[in-house]
Amino acid sequence: MGTFHQNKSELHGITVVVDTAGPEIYVGRCDDMDEERVILLDADVHRDGDGGRSKDAYVERAARLGVWKKHDRLVLDRRQVTSVRRLGDL
Amino acid sequence: MPYPELMIKPFREELTTIGFEELTTAADVDRWMEQNRDGEPALLVINSVCGCAAGMARPGVRLALREGARPQRLATVFAGQDVEATATARGYFPDVPPSSPSMALWKDGEVVYFLPRHRIEGRGPEQVAADLRAAFEEHCAVAAS
Repeated sequence: MGTFHQNKSELHGITVVVDTAGPEIYVGRCDDMDEERVILLDADVHRDGDGGRSKDAYVERAARLGVWKKHDRLVLDRRQVTSVRRLGDL
Repeated sequence: MPYPELMIKPFREELTTIGFEELTTAADVDRWMEQNRDGEPALLVINSVCGCAAGMARPGVRLALREGARPQRLATVFAGQDVEATATARGYFPDVPPSSPSMALWKDGEVVYFLPRHRIEGRGPEQVAADLRAAFEEHCAVAAS
């Protein structure tokens, strides 16, 4: 189920996990997404292994409680993105 | 910046009309939290304007409270509107990242269940209610009359 904003992607307003081909993984509220970019609001970023936590361990904690915002807005290059998943489904 | 009060009044009333006490000051929150050390389960809803999630959260709460085990003590703060009260409430669960709408079930002065915004958004009221009912079954001994 998406939200009411017809001019946005169906994930607009939904908190998503954006994994990348690199060490970074992001969690934030999807503002919009197309073939070129993913725009996240109120986003957090984690680097694999930081604080002794793998990407999976980071996502597991994020799924339970949420994340602390590090960025008001992030624009991610879609070519680096390997998956976009709803945090609420994890 | 807060929304005009006239606009959010219906959002407040969706909860206050089913028995939620509205906490609008830090003192209100502190008083409510203090009474929650007596073992009675208590539900705090962090309300918000956001239509993407709050529009599902409030009906979900209403559904969940209709029958079955449930907390009798209900309160709400309004994020973005009653800023001081919301910040004070969040100070009682500092390890939980802020999100709104969200819900915290208290027992003996501790959060025993937390429903963050990302478990509400994109879902229907029935699904939100199902999650809440499961938590109520686990933590609330008193059945609704």
